[in-house]
Amino acid sequence: MTDKALSITQVSKDRGKARVLDDITLSLAPGQRVALLGHNGAGKSTLIKSILGLTSIHVGTIRIGDATPGSAQARRDTAYLPEAVSFHPALTGREQLTLFAQLSGSKADVRGLLDRVGLGNALDRRIGTYSKGMRQRLGLAQVLLGQPKVALLDEPTSGLDPISRQDLYAIIDELAGQGTAVLIASHALTEVEARTDRIAIMREGRMVADDTLNNLSALAGLPIRLKVLASANPEALAAELGGNRINGASVELLCSPDDKMEALRRIAGLGDAVADVEMTPPKLEDLYRHYAQEEMQ
Amino acid sequence: MTRFLAITRTEMLILRRNRWLLMATLIMVLFALALTFAGSAPTGTLGVDMLTVSVASMTTLSVYLAPLLALMIAFDAIAGDVDRGSLSLLLSYPAGRGEIMLGKFTAHLAALAFAMTVGFGTAGAVAAWFGGAGPESLLALVRLILTSILLGAVFLAQGYLLSALARGATAAAGLSAGLWLVFVVLYDLGLLGAVVMDKGGTFTQSVFPWVMVANPADAFRLWNIAATEGVAMASGMTGAAQALPVWAAPASLLIWPVLGFALARAAFRRVEP
Repeated sequence: MTDKALSITQVSKDRGKARVLDDITLSLAPGQRVALLGHNGAGKSTLIKSILGLTSIHVGTIRIGDATPGSAQARRDTAYLPEAVSFHPALTGREQLTLFAQLSGSKADVRGLLDRVGLGNALDRRIGTYSKGMRQRLGLAQVLLGQPKVALLDEPTSGLDPISRQDLYAIIDELAGQGTAVLIASHALTEVEARTDRIAIMREGRMVADDTLNNLSALAGLPIRLKVLASANPEALAAELGGNRINGASVELLCSPDDKMEALRRIAGLGDAVADVEMTPPKLEDLYRHYAQEEMQ
Repeated sequence: MTRFLAITRTEMLILRRNRWLLMATLIMVLFALALTFAGSAPTGTLGVDMLTVSVASMTTLSVYLAPLLALMIAFDAIAGDVDRGSLSLLLSYPAGRGEIMLGKFTAHLAALAFAMTVGFGTAGAVAAWFGGAGPESLLALVRLILTSILLGAVFLAQGYLLSALARGATAAAGLSAGLWLVFVVLYDLGLLGAVVMDKGGTFTQSVFPWVMVANPADAFRLWNIAATEGVAMASGMTGAAQALPVWAAPASLLIWPVLGFALARAAFRRVEP
């Protein structure tokens, strides 16, 4: 018995001569939301397909609860949203979701689920007439079928407008709230930032980072950006603080998290010479760039 | 168990929704009626009722149409889902690959059976009404319908095999057209050439009938012809039928769907969506 919803241990996979997954280790506790980031071709989708048992791995083990990928138990316990999902255009949303409900063996409230993802008005229209965003919502509705232990969402925000994205993350929170471990492969860095418990970054088949956002920032030692607006003489201010002058009236300073308070005290000590201070902690974007590229340099 | 029925129900819905069922039935009815009327001339000379002649003509029709219709539904079964990206999702559900294929097969075969029964049934009823029918010719009609469904099953399984092997639905459609051409047209042409070259030697005497019956389309023809004397007379193909044991053609037509389904299942196992 394991307390992990999903555990991946030292998994490797070769495709021809290329190593597409290289010694991947990752685990998700029930109710945890983990973002899986990486460039195209970094191995995110391959990892997800390995978890589903759709493609074989050569080394290592994957367990969904206690079940092996592809086993009947594992397939009952996982929900999956493929990247850019599509369905048979001749079926209606209701018919498609009914099929999935019957296949999963769950007594589902098909209508309620379609209402939940905002397709209540389109449930008897053919999927052929749906927009890309509506197909994505339908895909999301089938993730909510049953009570999966693990939900694997491959680029769930692609094709969604900003409001739909809000809905999507509300649904992800709901899933996590009922104890489902959610793995989200994504490019939408800024949204993932606030919405996930942990961030895993893949590069060329390797897991280059796996931690909380705060720990990752500290480990990377990325600087905090301070933008100081001078009230009168920006040149004097730049000389005093030792930063770069930008756009005429401002000075930009970069400092490590440890030096942050020290720098703020110095700025406060300058009195009237400073009109405003803006502080920007490192963004996921910077972090991602740092971890995804560090080995290239 | 209910999972493959869920697939079947959905596939039936798709066949009805995209008008495939309507078109296939319409094609069967029109061709069967046309052949029945066009082929009604030799009734007097042969001394058989019109239904017998009609069944003989429709046997020839079915050799071409049953494989064609079957391949037309089957080529998309796996490759189409791969193209749409919906196969990976389907396979992430508890339904096994065998269940998915069986579910599709059941729906597709039911649709073919419907088109065959309505098409040949209508033409048969018209022929019987205008030119008379007897117990023997009615039996021949029932045999024609049932063996046509079997022939359809053979090519459904072949279509799934190609659909699992091909990269994409377009390639699967092309392969299916090639398969149809080989089994229905080229195979017989090749045999004919061999017989002509052989000039009635051992090949023609002992090997040829077996090679012929190994092709499901020819087995279908032989079965229908060998079983009814009137149909054999009307189609003028008694020689080959007499050279073989009675069970040869039915065995070929019954083994092919099972073999084809097993091969398609094995090919589907290797598909990585």
